[in-house]
Amino acid sequence: MLEIKNLHATVHGKEILKGFTLSLEAGKVHAIMGPNGAGKSTLGYVLSGREGYEVTSGEILFNGQDIAGLAPEERAALGIFLAFQYPVEIPGVNNTYFLRTALNAQRKARGEDELDSMAFLKLVRQKLSILDLKDELLHRAVNSGFSGGEKKRNEIFQLALLEPKLAILDETDSGLDIDALKAVAEGVNAMRSPDRAFLVITHYQRLLDYITPDIVHVMVQGRIIASGGPELALQLEREGYASIAAAAH
Amino acid sequence: MTMAIERPELDRQLERRYDAGFVTDIESDTLPPGLDEDVVRFISRKKDEPEWLTEWRLKAYRHWLTMTPPEWAKLNIAPIDFQAVSYYAAPKAKYATLADVPQELLDTYEKLGVPLHERSRLAGVAVDAVFDSVSVGTTYRKELAEKGIIFCSFSEAVKEHPELVQKYLGSVVPAGDNYFAALNSAVFSDGSFVFIPKGVRSPMELSTYFRINARDTGQFERTLIICEDDAYVSYLEGCTAPMRDENQLHAAVVELVCLERAEIKYSTVQNWYPGDENGVGGIYNFVTKRGECRGFRSKISWTQVETGSAITWKYPSCVLLGDESTGEFHSVALTHHRQQADTGTKMIHIGRGTKSKIIAKGISAGRGQNTYRGLVKVEAGAEGARNYTQCDSLLIGKRCGAHTFPYIEVKNPSAVLEHEATTSKISDDQLFYCRSRGIGQEDAVSLIVDGFCKQVFKELPMEFAVEAKKLLEVSLEGAVG
Repeated sequence: MLEIKNLHATVHGKEILKGFTLSLEAGKVHAIMGPNGAGKSTLGYVLSGREGYEVTSGEILFNGQDIAGLAPEERAALGIFLAFQYPVEIPGVNNTYFLRTALNAQRKARGEDELDSMAFLKLVRQKLSILDLKDELLHRAVNSGFSGGEKKRNEIFQLALLEPKLAILDETDSGLDIDALKAVAEGVNAMRSPDRAFLVITHYQRLLDYITPDIVHVMVQGRIIASGGPELALQLEREGYASIAAAAH
Repeated sequence: MTMAIERPELDRQLERRYDAGFVTDIESDTLPPGLDEDVVRFISRKKDEPEWLTEWRLKAYRHWLTMTPPEWAKLNIAPIDFQAVSYYAAPKAKYATLADVPQELLDTYEKLGVPLHERSRLAGVAVDAVFDSVSVGTTYRKELAEKGIIFCSFSEAVKEHPELVQKYLGSVVPAGDNYFAALNSAVFSDGSFVFIPKGVRSPMELSTYFRINARDTGQFERTLIICEDDAYVSYLEGCTAPMRDENQLHAAVVELVCLERAEIKYSTVQNWYPGDENGVGGIYNFVTKRGECRGFRSKISWTQVETGSAITWKYPSCVLLGDESTGEFHSVALTHHRQQADTGTKMIHIGRGTKSKIIAKGISAGRGQNTYRGLVKVEAGAEGARNYTQCDSLLIGKRCGAHTFPYIEVKNPSAVLEHEATTSKISDDQLFYCRSRGIGQEDAVSLIVDGFCKQVFKELPMEFAVEAKKLLEVSLEGAVG
């Protein structure tokens, strides 16, 4: 589903990704772990097309299509979703209205019929049951005045509603207490399916206790230096990044 | 990280549609440019006005001669040559009823989305249409008259209800109130008149649609609304003008009289031609709007969405005389390209337990300059007065400006005043967040701006809220590259 080949990318002129290569198949969950400054969040932004994040060489193929030149909204319509580390507040814009606008924009771009409010509401109810999300959040402005946990749950709710093919979770565990972490992980697990891939970016192994990855990659200085099964995450937790980095050289 | 949106494509896309910019080809009676006592007398005679009104106009004119244009506003305006303006323009023919209004005029309003003829009237909204200097027709008059409601053009009110006009005209905004009000008092040509008798709630929205058509003319309309005890009315006002290279002058006066427990809701969607992206042309909009809450628990609520005009100078105000009376002001003002707005309100608390609320939202894009100017004044007798003020500014781009001048004068120690102000930019983060969910850039800007204006839009009647939202979208087209 996702093929990243020897990717180099700069942020405001500074090279952050330095030969990043990854192959992610449908139905799989890959975790990317790495120390601060490894370029993990940059990877998420580059994949979803944020302005200012320039691909200088290499390729990003999504289902065989080179997406490096596409706008963020075009990538979203193809089925790429980024759950933000810091979800953004949009005051005055009703959460439900925002989601309907987003979903219909994607459907329109794919040549599908837009959902009317009734059909949309039905979908919302169905997805609400997946997450332990209060109804009330739907009627508030997008992320406005949400607690850290509410914001992250709202991201997962959006994920459930937009049903992307590739979901990138950028440090979704940061700032969550254990109950919120479990709830978020349950939501993600409920969304796992044979035709959906997850790229879970995280700092700590903790999240991976609840979302079991197929493969764990260790990212240091803009590229992957080691890959392995879930046990690699545990090794990292025990020994730290430095020893893995030393072993890789 | 919050950053202003500034991209090279910005300049490329500064193309803006102004849908109402067409000209109607109709024969009109237009006075040559210039202003003197003869012009004032001519206008008064043209309208068969009684002697007292002619004198009232002349007095205003003589007072105006002693005055100078106000210079305290944060507006950069070239001196206006008041002798270069024509003070009267009217379609040549006179129309006794709507059936006599020529097709070209009906088409004009149809194109503007305000159908006047019987078969396609706006459902539930009575409309008075003012074309250049005169009213061309009022819908639903009969239905309203059955309830005792008077809704007609100002000229007709002078003829048919002179006692009411004489009693209330200038009682809220005196003829010599300020430079532009004095000018209006001398040369006003038409406008709307509304009278809601005691205990009557208007069964429909009343609306006036102002249209400037003729070249080099000024528009000086006068609106007077009276709500007797326990009466209620919701009144809407819309404005458009053709695209022209010259600046055109619009100086209106609106007076609201609100008696015991009565309520007046006054909503404006102002879309005068704003000029082009280089600031050529556009309407100079100098408006005096004031309402008096004269009775116990009377309530006046102003809502305005100001997207048009090259220059906007406007401060809809409330004088809270009656005990426990309430004044509200909800405003969205948008300036794009070279537009300048200096707008706000005055809340004058005189009665005991009076309350006021101010919600002002300014949006600046391009090189637009947007100023909020407001006064909250609590007189010595206004025991327990309360005010809440919220001023928010949204900046789009790096070359625009937002300014806030809140003035507070309090002479009663029991008063409680709150003031909140924010200035924000549409951030890259917000835009990227929307786009990563599949919402395109322009739609994302509209969504964010709409959210910013939510508190004000919810005060507008439904159809107007939809129009206001669309208007903002069109006005902001190309604001972000």
